[in-house]
Order: sequence, then C-alpha cells, then structure tokens
Amino acid sequence: MAGAQERILRRKISSVQNTKKITRAMELIAATRVVKAQQRANEARPYAEHITQVIQDLSAAGAEVDHPLLRPLGVVEKVGVVVLAADRGLAGAYNSSVIKAAEREVQAARSEGHDYALVTVGRKPKAYFSFRHYPIEASFEGFSENPSFEDAVAVAARVRDLFEHGGCDRIDLVYTRFISLGSQEVVVRRFLPLEDTHTIAESGDATATAGFEFEPSASAVLETLLPRYVESRVFAALLDAAASELASRQRAMKSATDNAEELIVKYTRKMNQVRQDAITTEIMEIIGGAEALADDREEPGEIILHHLDTEPFHELGHRHASGPVRT
Amino acid sequence: MALEVELVSPERIAYSGEAEMVICRTTTGEIGFQVGHIPFIGVLATHQVRLKAADGTVQVIAVHQGFVEVSPPDAAGNTRVTILSDVAELADTIDVDRARAAKARAEEALRVDADDPEARAALARASTRLEAAEGS
Repeated sequence: MAGAQERILRRKISSVQNTKKITRAMELIAATRVVKAQQRANEARPYAEHITQVIQDLSAAGAEVDHPLLRPLGVVEKVGVVVLAADRGLAGAYNSSVIKAAEREVQAARSEGHDYALVTVGRKPKAYFSFRHYPIEASFEGFSENPSFEDAVAVAARVRDLFEHGGCDRIDLVYTRFISLGSQEVVVRRFLPLEDTHTIAESGDATATAGFEFEPSASAVLETLLPRYVESRVFAALLDAAASELASRQRAMKSATDNAEELIVKYTRKMNQVRQDAITTEIMEIIGGAEALADDREEPGEIILHHLDTEPFHELGHRHASGPVRT
Repeated sequence: MALEVELVSPERIAYSGEAEMVICRTTTGEIGFQVGHIPFIGVLATHQVRLKAADGTVQVIAVHQGFVEVSPPDAAGNTRVTILSDVAELADTIDVDRARAAKARAEEALRVDADDPEARAALARASTRLEAAEGS
C-alpha cells in the first residue's frame, strides 16, 4: 500500500537525522580537540629543540661515544616496523592509509628475505595485523588521541630494547605527519639507528658554539642524552599522529554530516511525492467509485457533492442550483 | 645583564623567569650559576633546584634527573640557564600527601628487597618532592 512506503521513508528520515546529530557532535568534539593537540605539539617543541641544541654543542665540542643507539647501519637482517595509528575508527582514511604503508614496509622486508618485528600503537593497527596473522612483537593502546610523555617513554623503551637486544638492525617509524588542518601525510622514517651526532646537529637551526664545560664529561652527557632524544622523537611523532587523527576525524565527520543533510532532503522530497501520489490515487478511486454509482442512478453531481465536501465542488453545486444567470 | 631561567619539560615550558642565582646538583656535586657563567652542560641528579631571586626570595623546584645547560651570553649580556627535565614541579604545586604516601610505599618495598632499583628511584623522587615542598 502507498501509506506503507511513506511510513518507511519517514522512519528513514528520522534515523538519518539521528545519525546526523551524532556525526555533528563528533565533528565539534574533534574540532576542539585538534586545536588542543596542535597546542600540545607546539608546547612540546622547545624540549626537542633544546635537546637537539645540546647535541649540537656536544658535537661541536667533539664528544665521541660508542653508544649502541649510534651503531652504524650494516647488513640488515631484521627490520622493526613501528606503526602509529588510532584507537578508534570514524576518521576517514586515516587508519587505513597508515596501516597500508606499514604493510608495504613489512612486505618489502619479506620479499628481500629479511625478518621483521611489528610494533603497533593503537587498537586499529593491532586488530588489522592480528586478523591477518602477522606476528605482533608489542602493542600499545589507549592513548592515541591524547598521548602523554610517559606513553612515549614506554614505547621508546620497548623499541630500544628491540633494537639493542631484539636483533633488529633497523627500526622504521610509520606515522602521519601533521602539516596543517587541511593536509596530513603518511611518512616512513628511519628511527634507529640514530644518525651520527653531526647529522643531528646539522638538523638544528641554531649555530653551535664551542667552549662548553661539561660535567661529568662530554661523552657521559651524550650517553644520558641519547635515550632522552629517542623519547622526545617518539613523543613528537605521537603528538603529530594524534593531531592528524583528530583532523581526519573532523573532516570525515563533517562530510558525514553533509551527506546526512543531503539524504534528508532527498528522502523528504521522495516522501512528499509518495504522499501526493497516495492522495491523488485516493481521489481517483473515489471519483471512479462515484462515477460507477452514477451510471446506476443517473445523478452523478449529487453523489459527488455528498462524498466530497470541498470548496470547488460546493461552488460547482451552487452554480448548478442557481443556474448560469445571476443578477 | 640578567640571568634568564627556563625550565623545560617534554610537555611544556614549566617555568620561565629571571633569577639572581640558580643552584642545582649535578651527578658530581652542587653547582651555582650567576650572570656571566661560562657555557656549561651538566647531568642533573634527582634533587631540588633553587632559584634565588634578586629580592632574596628562594623558589624551590623538584627536578627528577635531566640536564642543565648554560648558554653563552647573548649580545645584551644575558645568560640563559635551561633546565631540561622529564619531571619538574614547582614547590607550591607538589601534592605533599601523595609524595608522603609514595615515600612510605618505596620504603616498604626497600625493606622487602633492599636492591630494588625502582623503589630506590621512587624513594629519591619522593624525598626530593617533600624537601622541595617544605622549602628546605
């Protein structure tokens, strides 16, 4: 029946309206959080810059240290891949693009005959890789949107352990770099071994000045500093990933809200049309019925008048009764 | 000619201001900095850092390891002291009760296993916090 179709459409509209409310709320939440995430990334920058600066000064002072983190890249037999993605979905292509990039890295390692170790940060990459039976070396979750420095320390410790004792010769970090609200890009960065101190020093922008005094000694300072440097790099990557996740979610939820609006308009139009069709059909049925009866009684006008108590028919009836000429 | 002090933790700049003198403890001993100090980089021990202001007031900050860097004087003759630390708390933001509880917990753990390095570090942190909070 025609009324059923209308009812179905009405139900669809109200369900889309509810979805729209949810996506709109998620969009607004993501929008406020992304501002906060950006702010945190900016606040974390001075620490990273200062550490780079100190390494610069040390390098200028000629500090040399035989640290395992600086072990030069030799023959690679085992590659570590660290994936930073989200705990939750509903962020457009954010998770899948990071995961795809990481999977490509793993496949590349495999095809070259290397062994690999996978470290996942976030629930989504863990679910993806464990579902496909990739062995996961370590996984972290629960802080993808709002990572604290302690989280970064935990991840860095596990990754360092893999590098120093787990047999990994190279560790790559796969994450999303936050460029601006409108653009983020998935990057694969070599994480360990670290570039030698001179390369790190060149990446800073300030000029190094020699003539520093060190306590206890330049190499001792460097030795305690390198782990901190690793942690601050993990932290920076985590903050970047968090900001990217939120920006992606905001964008995805915005387009979902827009789509919902479009759907509502489309369904409303369709519903109105269906309702009009139903009314027209009903009228046609009544007229049809009336005419069928009129054939029997030969008094069509009155029956219509009786059944359809509407204006035009009234007028018609009125004119009929008083005749065409009026004074 | 001023001594600028900046306390930088990984998450933010915890403190920034001027002081007459900065006193801290590196792994080899106590050291104080004033304007015009030679460029210096040191590894900090878990201990409090004291900032002596020009009017004689002392601000105490609990610092749990990290680095101190004294940069060479800039054009205006200002010397900048930067303290990089994972955990840096100003004395008035320290939760004394929590620090006391942590200290008791660490002491308890040490009684069971006197060589537990984690408990040892926890005890040092808690003591530093308490000392800083009490302004000693």
